[in-house]
Amino acid sequence: MSIFVTEQTRLLVQGITGREGRFHADQCRRYGTRVVAGVTPGKGGSKVDGTPVFNTVAEAVRRTGADASMILVPPPFAADAIMEAADAGIRLVVCITEGIPLHDMLRVRSFLQLSCCRLIGPNCPGIIAPGACKIGIMPGPIHRPGPIGVISRSGTLTYEVVHQLSGRGLGQSTCIGIGGDPVVGTSFIDCLQAFAGDPATRGLVLVGEIGGSAEEEAARWIRDHLDIPVVGFIAGLTAPPGRRMGHAGAIVDGAAGTAAAKISAMRDCGIHVCEDLGNFGEFCADIFSNLRDVRDKGEI
Amino acid sequence: MKLHEYQAKELFARYGLPVPEGQTATTGEEGMAIADRLGYPVAIKAQVHAGGRGKAGGVRLARNRAEAGEALEAILDMTLRTAQTGERGLPVRRVLVEKGAEIRQEFYLSILPDRASGTMLIIGSGEGGMNIEEVAARTPERIARIHVHPLAGLQPFHVRRLAFELALNDAQERSFFDLMTGLYRAVTENDLLLAEINPLVFTADKTFLLLDAKAEVDSSSLFRHRDLAALRDDADRDPLELKAARYNLNYIRLDGNIGTMVNGAGLAMATMDMIKRAGAAPANFLDVGGGANAVMIEHGFRILLSDPRVRAILINIFGGILRCDVLARGVVEAARATAIDIPLVVRMEGTNVDEGRRILTDSGLELITATDLRDAAARIAAIAARL
Repeated sequence: MSIFVTEQTRLLVQGITGREGRFHADQCRRYGTRVVAGVTPGKGGSKVDGTPVFNTVAEAVRRTGADASMILVPPPFAADAIMEAADAGIRLVVCITEGIPLHDMLRVRSFLQLSCCRLIGPNCPGIIAPGACKIGIMPGPIHRPGPIGVISRSGTLTYEVVHQLSGRGLGQSTCIGIGGDPVVGTSFIDCLQAFAGDPATRGLVLVGEIGGSAEEEAARWIRDHLDIPVVGFIAGLTAPPGRRMGHAGAIVDGAAGTAAAKISAMRDCGIHVCEDLGNFGEFCADIFSNLRDVRDKGEI
Repeated sequence: MKLHEYQAKELFARYGLPVPEGQTATTGEEGMAIADRLGYPVAIKAQVHAGGRGKAGGVRLARNRAEAGEALEAILDMTLRTAQTGERGLPVRRVLVEKGAEIRQEFYLSILPDRASGTMLIIGSGEGGMNIEEVAARTPERIARIHVHPLAGLQPFHVRRLAFELALNDAQERSFFDLMTGLYRAVTENDLLLAEINPLVFTADKTFLLLDAKAEVDSSSLFRHRDLAALRDDADRDPLELKAARYNLNYIRLDGNIGTMVNGAGLAMATMDMIKRAGAAPANFLDVGGGANAVMIEHGFRILLSDPRVRAILINIFGGILRCDVLARGVVEAARATAIDIPLVVRMEGTNVDEGRRILTDSGLELITATDLRDAAARIAAIAARL
């Protein structure tokens, strides 16, 4: 099982005629995702690699029954694209775009609260249910199906973590990159709640970084609601205060948002925190020892 | 992007907010002319991108001509060192000369997007002029926090609530309403990540005045704010960081001697942490981005090498969109072009990794290829031990 997506998910890609949009739509299709439509205003009626392109999301939904959208449009147009998808009845929007103005995201988030649409991201790698559905830009082959749920604020750091999990026979039920921006559509806790209702997920990995207090809140939620083992990792122990470390949301502000504070909050809540990324796979193999699948180890 | 105080005040003045009369100067003579015109007392304030200017001696009050001359000379000559600038400090190139005000009351006021609640947050306090974090820690009840829904915007009740919490009198409340409305508009219309007035003062003339003002603009929004983009002042920025920005590289200089180049911000931070764990110190944060190409790799390489403190380099790439063979070619070309003469550890994983490793091996360069992250850390530890 998986959360938020299944092999039935019908995906449309906003920005499919762009270089990135076309490439990643194709990668998702090759992974097995049902890519049913693309949307680029003014390019309706054309096709990209066999996928029909529409002028509006509303039309694409009407004609193809798309129920999820992946957004790869430039930052000035991304907020509009997200709201267009929500307005057209799309129930899951995955926004890859990095660099959306924060004030736009405040409006988008408020707008989405009035709809039944879930937004993952922005500034995220997307979501993947290994073997079933990939909506995002993550490399598919490093994943394998299994019982571990992965939630992360990062992109390539998630790939590293997943790679080490898979290498130790720890497959994943669903991996979600919630995004590195200060305001994102889906929080750690939203993901935790969904994972809590998924019997196939029997262990969790939480990858956080400096900035904000989402990890601390997630840790407390885990303490109060979850009884499956959770491994945590926090990036940014060496980050200098007051500097934005690449991600718009990764900033230590005064005494708040430090890696040390997050690690200690996680430990206090019973989360197994791994501090050595090089040793992450082994650490997880130990914590999740009863969840490992050691057959066909050479697969990845 | 942080604005200077004088830029923030000019911006806020456009929204009808009351700022002290004043002008900037880059020389003592200019400064004196402004002070003479304004009349004494005047405030002379260093214009650098750093908080804590007052404590560091960057702000002075001059009661007469002689004091103004002294203050101008001292401030325009100084390298300002505050908690935020570190040891390196920032040279003062410009001062703001402002007419002095007779202060009756001081307040703290700020508006910022609040990441946790997804609302606009207004913070106000009667403890103006103080470090607001200290006030929050010592007397949290003296701080008012008001959340404004971003779709509804600022409503009269928000301002009334704040006015009551700040215990304003009727005369103050009327002008406070205009002030809050203007400030809220300034924040939302200019994509500010922070507007902070500390202190907001009420003067003997019975008017509010923004005695100090801070503003930070969301860099991601500059495509729709040409006027604000033109205010960018890079004089205070590290020259290597500036160069990196021109190539779309995310680079932050640190104090160690192990240079790093990584794709993705999270992995880059984790790699810095790993270097520290290995007993060494990272010289920088460098994120070449998820979609980096060979040219960007080469630019990144050159930036690392132009930092004289860098004694070894660790490249850590998890190839997804960026394929390992592309990365390897970039590294080999850059290493040849720059005739690198310090140890270079390359760790890569992901798409086309075998081809990438083969390119590195066949290059004939003296690269250290790490098999995995743990191996990379061990190699760095070994190198650091010899430095």
